[in-house]
Order: sequence, then structure tokens, then C-alpha cells
Amino acid sequence: MKVTFKIWRQDSPESKGALKIYETDGLTEDMSFLEALDHLNETLVLNNEKVIAFEYDCREGICGQCGVFINGRAHGPHDHLTTCQLHMRSFKDGDTIVVEPWRASSFPIVKDLVVDRSAFDRIIEQGGYITAKTGTAPEANAILIPKEISDSAMDAAACIGCGACVAACKNASAALFTSAKINHLNKLPQGYPEEHKRFSDMTAQMELEGFGSCTFTAACEVECPAEISISNIAEMNARYMKAKIYS
Amino acid sequence: MKLNSKIPEGRLEDKWKNYQVKSQLINPANKKKLNIIVVGSGLSGAGAAATLAELGYDVQCFCYQDSARRAHSVAAQGGINAAKNYQHDGDSIYRMFYDTLKGGDFRSREANTYRLAELSAPLIDHFVQQGVPFAREYGGVLVNRSFGGVQVQRTFYARGQTGQQLLVAAYSQLSKMIRAKKVEMLPRHEILDIVLIDGKAKGVIARDLRTGEIKSFAADAVVLATGGYSRVFRLSTLAIGCNGSAIWKAHKRGAYFAAPSFTQIHPTALPQSSDAQSKLTLMSESLRNDGRIWVPEKKDDDRKAIDIPEEERDYYLERRYPSFGNLAPRDIASRAAKERIDAGHGVGQLRNAVYLDFKHAIKTFGKDVIEDRYGNLFSMYEKITGINAYKEPMKISPAAHFSMGGLWVDYELMTTIPGLYAIGECNYSDHGANRLGANSLLQTSIDGYFILPNTINNYLEGELKENHPGIEHPEFSKIENEVKGHIKKILMVNGSRTVDDFHRELGKVMWQECAMSRNKKGLARAIVQIKTIREEFWRDVKVTGNENEMNTELEKALRLADFIDLAALMCKDALQRDESCGAHFREEYQTDEGEALRNDEDFAYVSSWEYNDGDFILHKEQLEFEYEQPTVRNYK
Repeated sequence: MKVTFKIWRQDSPESKGALKIYETDGLTEDMSFLEALDHLNETLVLNNEKVIAFEYDCREGICGQCGVFINGRAHGPHDHLTTCQLHMRSFKDGDTIVVEPWRASSFPIVKDLVVDRSAFDRIIEQGGYITAKTGTAPEANAILIPKEISDSAMDAAACIGCGACVAACKNASAALFTSAKINHLNKLPQGYPEEHKRFSDMTAQMELEGFGSCTFTAACEVECPAEISISNIAEMNARYMKAKIYS
Repeated sequence: MKLNSKIPEGRLEDKWKNYQVKSQLINPANKKKLNIIVVGSGLSGAGAAATLAELGYDVQCFCYQDSARRAHSVAAQGGINAAKNYQHDGDSIYRMFYDTLKGGDFRSREANTYRLAELSAPLIDHFVQQGVPFAREYGGVLVNRSFGGVQVQRTFYARGQTGQQLLVAAYSQLSKMIRAKKVEMLPRHEILDIVLIDGKAKGVIARDLRTGEIKSFAADAVVLATGGYSRVFRLSTLAIGCNGSAIWKAHKRGAYFAAPSFTQIHPTALPQSSDAQSKLTLMSESLRNDGRIWVPEKKDDDRKAIDIPEEERDYYLERRYPSFGNLAPRDIASRAAKERIDAGHGVGQLRNAVYLDFKHAIKTFGKDVIEDRYGNLFSMYEKITGINAYKEPMKISPAAHFSMGGLWVDYELMTTIPGLYAIGECNYSDHGANRLGANSLLQTSIDGYFILPNTINNYLEGELKENHPGIEHPEFSKIENEVKGHIKKILMVNGSRTVDDFHRELGKVMWQECAMSRNKKGLARAIVQIKTIREEFWRDVKVTGNENEMNTELEKALRLADFIDLAALMCKDALQRDESCGAHFREEYQTDEGEALRNDEDFAYVSSWEYNDGDFILHKEQLEFEYEQPTVRNYK
């Protein structure tokens, strides 16, 4: 299988980047998309060129480290899939594939296809936790949690933090990420004592990081590999009023 | 050096309590003066960093990923064991201790294994408090399921993403302490060496992966929480970045390496499809609760699975191990699959797989129930293979998975280097020669949250009065220069083969000779082959780019250089152990029925290797069995 890659190359955060064309041969349909990039990188090494920097780790769709724009879509042509789960069978022989980094000013480019998503970490630092020290826990079954509640907390908690929601959004909004994180904890009885502060602090940080506002286009929901629902954003907006009243 | 495991006095059930009563304490004002480095941000690393910071220590935590939340604990799917006996099915701490000891084929310490079981129940309480949405009944209580090698239901889970949920919890606690300015987090930093001053661990040398800058960090103690090293096989269930470099460098500086060859081969991964493949995706063992494993009775059967009638299917695990059936422990299930595949009954294009079939479970419980239990695993399977496993069986195959081996640690989790600790998968502690499913999340978590924060005081109390050498100490610049020299050396080779090419070659040798089944001739051959690979690597590897920038190819090369050295030690370790135990199956030592044949008289020890200028010296920690006498491990 032969494809033409057009890949964003940028040496450093400060330098000017550009799309570069690479003709690639010897791919197979069984290869994952990232394995095709591995293959291209091996060719580059043998041609005495610098490899393309791109991110990955687990390569099974759970760590959230991989993620690039492929032909104008976050994580490529399918819904709800990470880049590492995409296979070359999704492309045709002779295709041209355009590969770009996440585009959002809150995710500055580090090199080539690698971006800095530490803004997400800083949002979590502002309350994406339950304040309880190791060693203070009561017996696990002492607090009953109805299955529906636990299941819906789990739906929100499934977020892998890849940033596709931001990349897919025309406003580069982090509302899906932030709302999922808030709702995961706020739904649980253990997260209840801090619910308002968690909401206020995390959304304040989200704004501070320069993410755009949500205009409810649902583009994020389509790309989210963990299928986080935009109803989380609606819930977050409802909490906004509640937090205003109670805090 | 004589190995002192520091097992506390008293009855088995009192040892940990006795230890805690007698261990040193440090008052909060003094804890602030002590600085601890934690390498790795998975469950053990993040758990330890957060808990140590809560106690008042000053902590720096490192990871090579872009965020602490990516560590490979995230990928564990099935669950975490705890002796809660919520199912009222006869579980207890003692039974869990026994299951784990037996599961490990009597090659771990009784006291460590007992402590693992003892701390399991409080760990579930702890994670529930941190907001882990474990599966629950409609009435609101927690649910359990079974895992391999046990006959009770003691596994807690959060869909098929238990590791992710536990890691999110640990990462959230870490974030809490970062906000409190008690932890400084350094992502995108890789540890390339350990600094010893007067024989004690006093810091690390790290490479900033964004800029390539080599930096020194000083501390009063160093904790390695760097995970497993099964990427030595190249194709494994591990994340691509998982590596053995930090523990290997520690080994070269004097930390003994214990049982390096004990590697778990997981029975239920997706089969390899081509040479270009970079990883083998794991399908959770929990699937074996409801899935039945089989191969066609006829050799080289070309029919589709659904066309093979019931009477022509060989449910070989149920046939060979009737009391555990499809839930036989991993080493046994993997070997049984290999036996069938080698005998010509494998399925799939490359005939390297077996079937995992849900037909019966779907018929009994309905598709909805199966979907609720394993929905995300089925959809993951479909994403990767394009096959709908509700309609036809999955194809699975054994894959390199967990490292039981690791740095030798005593009961306090300290290595043979004073002040250097190893926690989680990177140590050799509780699992013996084979780890039971869902005990990995457990061990890594209790090491970080519960054990280390209680034992590290014992060492640090003595350090309070000592000097606290900073990075201006000449040893730091000396080792920095060594690291820089090592990097330069790799870049200067400028040969004709890529890093991946060497890694493929190494992986093939290791998979062939040092995986599920080993023999003397093969291991001796592997040692020679690895030596050649090593020479070729340093003569002919090609890495482009330079050291003063983000250079992912250089990162790979540095990791592979250490894997090659580690591979040689793994083979050497497997070669010296003239017996079969757990995952270590030496073909020369088996029963007439093809089961592992242990030799307790000569090999009831932990092999612990000392690095000696390119060679290795074997030390033996004799294992004493006071409470349970080693028996033949029977799952029939």
C-alpha cells in the first residue's frame, strides 16, 4: 500500500512550521496509523533525516497521549476513536493523508505534531480531586451509591484527557473535558462536600488558560474516544447557577 | 553482601503491626526538611508522591510522558483484588495470602505476600473515598467477580477500565498536592542515572525530553516506581515508552536485580498480524469469567469457527483443568495455548491464536448482560480487528505482559543501595514466579500508598542529622558527564540500521528462547546472540537529530541500549534455575503430564544478581516457609 503523507513539521515552539510531503511505500492495511508513521520515520532515519516527533504511549486507546488531526478531523476519519486505534485499512491505496497537530492556542506546539496539553493538568489541580488524606477512609460499603449514580459518574470519568474535544471545537473550548471531570466527582457522595468550590475553581482555571466558550455545536462529542456526552456541559451550566447561589 | 530481608518478628498476622509499632517516626517539622524524589507517576509513584507529600515531605515526581495521568497503570482493565469477603463465599486474608503464594509457585516471601492480602481491604475503602466509580449492585453495594487462579469472587472493577479509574484517582491526589505546592511535578523528564554519595542514593540525572537538557536533582532518598520491562520482547502488552532504564542504571550502581527472567506471558492478547506491529493489545482476563477457550479438534482446520460443530471443539482448559477451567492461572493458560498452537490446532491467518467464545454466555445471560460486563472490551476488539465478537468468537494469543522480576527489595521496599527504594512492578516482592490476575493494581497501589510511607521514615530518620549534599557536590557533575558521554557515543555511531530494527531482532530472540518455554541449549544460544546484537548495535545503529532538542529516536535508542544488557541477564537467570516454577518453564523439568516440575530442595531461593563490570554475580535469598509448606501447584 502506498500513500502520500502531508505532515506538519515545526522544529520548536518559536520556529515557523510548514506541511511537508512524504511519499510512503510498503504499508499494509493491518498496520495501525501510528505504525505507518513509525515506518516512515525508519525511512527518514535511513535517509539521514530527522524523525517526525509525534506522541503515543499505550497504543490501545486508553492513555490519551496520542492525537493528531488527520484529514481535518481529530483522531482521523472515524467517530469515537483514538489515533492509535486507527488502522490503514481505513485509507485507500494512493490516498493523500494530511497530518497536523491539535490546533488550539491553549495547546502550544512543542515540535512537529507534539503539543503541550499541560493546561488540562492545571485545570485538574484546581479541584479535580476529593480532599481526603490516605488513611482516613471509612469502610467501602458504608456509603451506598445507587448503580445509576455510580454508572453515570463512570460515564463521565471515562475521559482519557487526549484533548480531541478542544481540537475539534471551532472555539477551542475545553467545556467537555472540564465538565466531565467536574461531574465525575460531583455526582458521587464522596465528592459532594466540595461540589461548588470544585466547579468554581476548575471553570475559572479553564477560562484563565484561554480556552474558548462553548457554543454547543457538539463537534467534541463526535470525536471523543471515550464517548463523553455533551449533556455533561449542560449539567455544568446548570451547576453554574447553583454555585452562584451557594458559594 | 548478605541479603537481609528484614522480616519482622512475630506471627504472620502480626508482622506488619509489629513493624509499624517499632519503626522510627519523624516529627512534622523535620519532615519538611527532607526531600524525596519519586521516579514514575503510575499508581505506585503517584500514590507514594501524594501520600509522602501529605505527610509533610518535600517531593519531586518525574515521568517521561506529557502528563502524570498517562502512566501505564492506566491500561489495566479487569480489576483489583481484595479480601473483603463481600460475597460471603469463604474468602479471608489468609485464603488470599495462600492463593497468592501458591499462584506464585512458592517463590515469594510469606511475610510480604501476607501483607499484600492484609492491606487489600483498606485499599478498596481508600479508592472509594477518592472517587473511583467501582461497579455496584442496584442496592448500592460493591460488586465482585472472579479472576484466574482463585475460587472466590474478590475482584473489584470499574467496567473494563479499572486501571484507568484507579490512576485517575491517584493522579487527582497528586494534583491536589501539586496545588498545595508540596509536590513539584516534572513531566517529560527521563531518568538516565542514579547518583550515589558515600554509598547512599542522593539524587538522579534526568534528561528534559523537550529540550534535551541534562539536569541534576538531589534528594535525601530516591524512590523508583518505573513499572515493568517486558518491552524487552518488543512486542508486549506494555506502552511503547515503558522501559527498564532507571532500574538498569540503579542495578549498575549496585542495586541487586532479583529473578529478572520471571516474566508473565498473558494468555488473552490479540494475535500478532505482521512484523510492522508495535504492540500487542491485551483483552482483559475478566473475559475468561464468561468466555470459553477452545481450538478445533482437527489439525489445520480451515472452517470458520461458527461452522465447527460443538463435538469437534476442544475446550482444552476445561479438559485439562476441570476445577479451574477457563480461569486457570495465566502461566498455565498461556502454556496450554502454546501447546495447542504448536501441535497444529492454532486458528487465524498465521495459525497463532485460539478462540475465546461467548456463545454460551450470551445464550445463558442474554446479550445485554454480556454487553454491560464487557461492552468496552468488545468494542475495542471490533475497532482493532473489524470483527463483531457477539457474533463470532474472539481470536486471542499469548503475549509478554508483566515483570514479576525487578530490583531486589527488603520488607521495607528498599533496594541493596541505602536510600534507594523500588515500588510497584519494578521491584520483586509479592508475586513469586507468577502473578495472579488483579493482584498487580493491588501491589502497586499498596506499595505506594500504604507501605513506603510507613517504611521510608526508618531510613530518613538517620539522614536528618547527616549532610544533605546538593547538586553542587562533584559526584553530580561527574555522573552528568558520564550520561552526556553515553548519549554522544550513541549519536556518533552513525551506522546503517534503525533502533527499531535492532529491537525487532532482540525481541525475536527473547520470545523464542526466554518466554513461555525455555531450555538450556536455547538460553545459551540466546546469550551468544544477544552479545552479537549488542556489538552490532554499538557498531551500526543510526540515530538522526542531535542531543539538544526533542529527539524521540534518541530516547528509543537509549532505552534499547539498556534493554539489550537486561536481556542478557534475563537469559542468564533463566539458565541458572534448573527447575520449572510458575512462569519459568524449563522444558527439561516437567512432569509426565507436561506440568511444571519444581525443585524446592535446590531452588527455593530468590536469585539476586549483583552487577560486576559487565558480568553478574549470583546471590541467593533463601525462602523460608513457616506457615504453608510448598505443595505441587495443582489446578486440575
